[in-house]
Amino acid sequence: MLDKLKQIADRSEQRLAQVSSIDEINELKVKILGRKGEITQLLRGLKDLNAQERVSVGKIANELKARLEDTINRRTEEIKNQELQLRLEKEKVDITLPGLPWQRGGKHPLTLVNEEIRDIFIGMGFSVAEGPEIESDYYNFEALNIPRDHPAREMQDSFYISDDILLRTHTSPVQVRTMEKLAPQTPVKIIVPGRVYRRDDDATHSPMFNQVEGLVIDKNITFGHLKGTLMLFVHKIFGEDVKVRYRPSFFPFTEPSVEMDISCVNCKGTGCRVCSHTGWLEILGAGMVNPRVLQYGGYDPEEVTGFAFGMGVERIAMLKYGINDLRLFFDNDKRFLKQF
Amino acid sequence: MGVSIKWLKQYVDFNWSAEELAHRLTMAGIAVEGVNREDDDYILDLDLTPNRGDCLGMINLAREVAALSGSSLQLPTVMVQENKENISKLVKVEIEAPELCQRYAARLIKNVKIKESPQWMQEALIHSGIRPINNIVDVTNYVMLECNQPLHAFDYRLLGSKILVRRAHPGEKFTTLDEVERQLDEDMLVITDGSRPVALAGVMGGLNTEIHDATVDVLLESAWFLGPNIRRTSRKVGLRSDSSMRFEKGTDINGVIYAANRAAMLIQQLAEGEVAAGICDVYPDPRKALQVTLRPQRVNYLLGAEISPAAIRSYLERLQFAVKDNKGSLAVDIPSYRPDIEMEVDLIEEVARLHGYDKIEPGLPGGETIPGGLTRYQRFRDEIKNIAAQSLNEVVNYSFISEENFDHLLLPPESPLRKVVKVANPLSEEQGVMRTLLLPGLLQNISTNLARKNENLAFFELASVFHPSPQGLPIEKLKLGGIVCGHHDLNWTKQRIEMDFFYLKGIVENLLWHLGLDQCEFAVAHDVSYHPGRSAVLRYFGDEIGIIGELHPLVLLNYGIKQPSCAFELDIEKLYTHRRTRLRVDRIARYPAVERDIAVVLNHKVTAAEALAVIRDAEKELLKDVVVFDIYTGAQVAEGYKSVAFKMTFQSLDRTLTENEINSSVSRILERLQQDVKAELR
Repeated sequence: MLDKLKQIADRSEQRLAQVSSIDEINELKVKILGRKGEITQLLRGLKDLNAQERVSVGKIANELKARLEDTINRRTEEIKNQELQLRLEKEKVDITLPGLPWQRGGKHPLTLVNEEIRDIFIGMGFSVAEGPEIESDYYNFEALNIPRDHPAREMQDSFYISDDILLRTHTSPVQVRTMEKLAPQTPVKIIVPGRVYRRDDDATHSPMFNQVEGLVIDKNITFGHLKGTLMLFVHKIFGEDVKVRYRPSFFPFTEPSVEMDISCVNCKGTGCRVCSHTGWLEILGAGMVNPRVLQYGGYDPEEVTGFAFGMGVERIAMLKYGINDLRLFFDNDKRFLKQF
Repeated sequence: MGVSIKWLKQYVDFNWSAEELAHRLTMAGIAVEGVNREDDDYILDLDLTPNRGDCLGMINLAREVAALSGSSLQLPTVMVQENKENISKLVKVEIEAPELCQRYAARLIKNVKIKESPQWMQEALIHSGIRPINNIVDVTNYVMLECNQPLHAFDYRLLGSKILVRRAHPGEKFTTLDEVERQLDEDMLVITDGSRPVALAGVMGGLNTEIHDATVDVLLESAWFLGPNIRRTSRKVGLRSDSSMRFEKGTDINGVIYAANRAAMLIQQLAEGEVAAGICDVYPDPRKALQVTLRPQRVNYLLGAEISPAAIRSYLERLQFAVKDNKGSLAVDIPSYRPDIEMEVDLIEEVARLHGYDKIEPGLPGGETIPGGLTRYQRFRDEIKNIAAQSLNEVVNYSFISEENFDHLLLPPESPLRKVVKVANPLSEEQGVMRTLLLPGLLQNISTNLARKNENLAFFELASVFHPSPQGLPIEKLKLGGIVCGHHDLNWTKQRIEMDFFYLKGIVENLLWHLGLDQCEFAVAHDVSYHPGRSAVLRYFGDEIGIIGELHPLVLLNYGIKQPSCAFELDIEKLYTHRRTRLRVDRIARYPAVERDIAVVLNHKVTAAEALAVIRDAEKELLKDVVVFDIYTGAQVAEGYKSVAFKMTFQSLDRTLTENEINSSVSRILERLQQDVKAELR
């Protein structure tokens, strides 16, 4: 009986080693260890043995049974694992195929640059102020120290709606509007993004474009602060290695006035087509707020001083993205837009 | 303006190369755009700011160079040898409009010989961009370039009894030197000879008294005209001359005599003329010299610099400003050739300019710090852009459009959208009016892109539209507009997603959901620009916030678009008003939800929204959610009807629902559907 038992055990081990599916294993398990299984059947003969033999055979039989159960469990695990591997192999996809169709959109480059400029100044404690795109002559010119027939009006050929109403030629009117609202409160620290309009349309001028204006008013604001603030801005937007220079300029609403140049971001200042071989790029206009403008805004120029600056968003976007044609911004060609 | 360095060196000596000079001037606010070589000379291309019109004169520019380089300025000597005959007997000048002409001086030079001017003068003029004509005219131009004082020479023998400076008569006609007849009006100033105009003051002389080969006696005009008036006249007649350009920017009223004498001397030398004694100078109200007080501490206060009072004084003196000490302040006499300097800050700029902007230390403002950042409204707009940009490309269109668009959009004549803010002086009719809606730009974007074979388009724009207002400034409204056309880009999944009405509606619903306006109602629209069966107005509890729909085929045709396109336009301020400001969460039920599907046959006219409202109303307590999951028309459904399938989810917060409860709910719902919308159970 012992021999038979061993035979069954050996045969079972061999069969277990060959099975390749969970179903087969389960089948085998029933065949060997089940109620009507081979071992159970064989052990029915135990009752014919004497007590001593019964004990020793029973013990061995139990050991064999335990061993087979172990093997069955082990093989089950192995096969489960194999089946899983097989399934995973089968489920393999070409991961280089594109993802599910999702029609991507995107923001306009002018929005992106506007947000970047804005965030830099917000980081310095600025708020964002806004005003109408159609303005009165008073806010657009008069209150900015540009009376009628002032030659500076030549600098900004305007689209008129009526004698006294026009499309704003710059975002500067919001300076005065903000001052009127806040005076005599200090500090004033605003930037003003927005669309502006000038009667000009050629390769380098668009009748509509975007500006960001800035205004700081407080006690003890100096020209040095203007330089420091704008330098920080330029370093954040174009990188720390950009060099800066300041040239005297003229804006009716600032005095002293300054034009800020940066070393050409394209050629690093050695001279190229982008900077007309000068190594420098005109990037923004600024100055100390003209005392007359402070007065228009309701501030006493002896009590407070301030600085203001303005820049063209298109210009900065062109430099940042390497865009060589202003008209691309307003052409709205899908091939251009989808790059952002 | 071109400036000959050779010529400049006659007045100031410096050792800088042309490039160095250009750089120094640029860094001092006299922008040099370029340097060109011309024979043995260099020509600087100046780009002057409007306040520095004085530098249109060589002597004034030389004064700048002298101040920058520290060398001295050498003014040309003026020595006029006069005849015995006094001008007062020969010339009478009368100013009838002193508000426009504050000074008028004349000299008379007799017996001139008209010929070519010498080579050096012709060269100087050519290098400055002025064509030589004859010795007399060339002298007037030469002295103008030198002194920034425009001069005019009349043929004295062609003039009448006197010089009378007056406003032109309405409708008066006058032919200028360029042989164009000009129509004048009362706002224009003319020089007359007592009976007829002989010059359009400050702009151009007249053909009637032009210097010609047979001219014998010359009357030389040197005057001061009011800049703004010259600017207006010059614009009105469409004539901008070297003279008008200078008067516009302001000339030196006290330089009038010097220039007249300088020119008289040159005419004497180059045309062998005889200069009548004296100068006829009408200057009824001599200008008082302007004195401006400068506080040295104010200079440093404003600049954030530490420039010593002595240095400040020396910068001003280098510019030849007379400076006197006055109790710690400086009393500065402003020379009349610098009309741009009117107040203390102007002098501070002069100091800063000569000191060098680059020498002022940069710093950051101290003082009270305030939190910056965006307002709620600004953040709200940002959020809208962020959501829209997930599936649409942002465009930027011009704010002005052509009025023709309203016809293209089939708008009736009485449409409020046709009430526009007109641009008085547009560049073209294409940009004639301010847009009242974003749609025209978006349609144009589709049309342009399709023409370039860019297919499958999805755009949005966030921008203002404009409406006239009875008073004050026009009304500006911020709008969000979007448009789609085509389908999702081709892909391997065999899914072809059409960008149709429901696609766009999905985008809009997603946006509304994020903004907390998911209870927005879509009702049938009656907008002529849209497909009558495929458009909806959006209402938030009765308030109309926008429109969405497929565009009317005729509208598409008008824009040359041969594919269906769908658009929407929403009012941002209304979205902001209705936005969700506070979110409260629903309790999450711990008892199981049960789903039931029903399909009913409905008349075509019954909308999904109507049926859903009936269902929700029939079971307010246990119905958690209901969606339409199938719509079928065709075989087995009668013509004019549709089969609609709803999936309903029932759930209670406090118990597990019984089969009976649900069954009775469902039958109640079906009953109500039958009653209210004549539904039949399939």
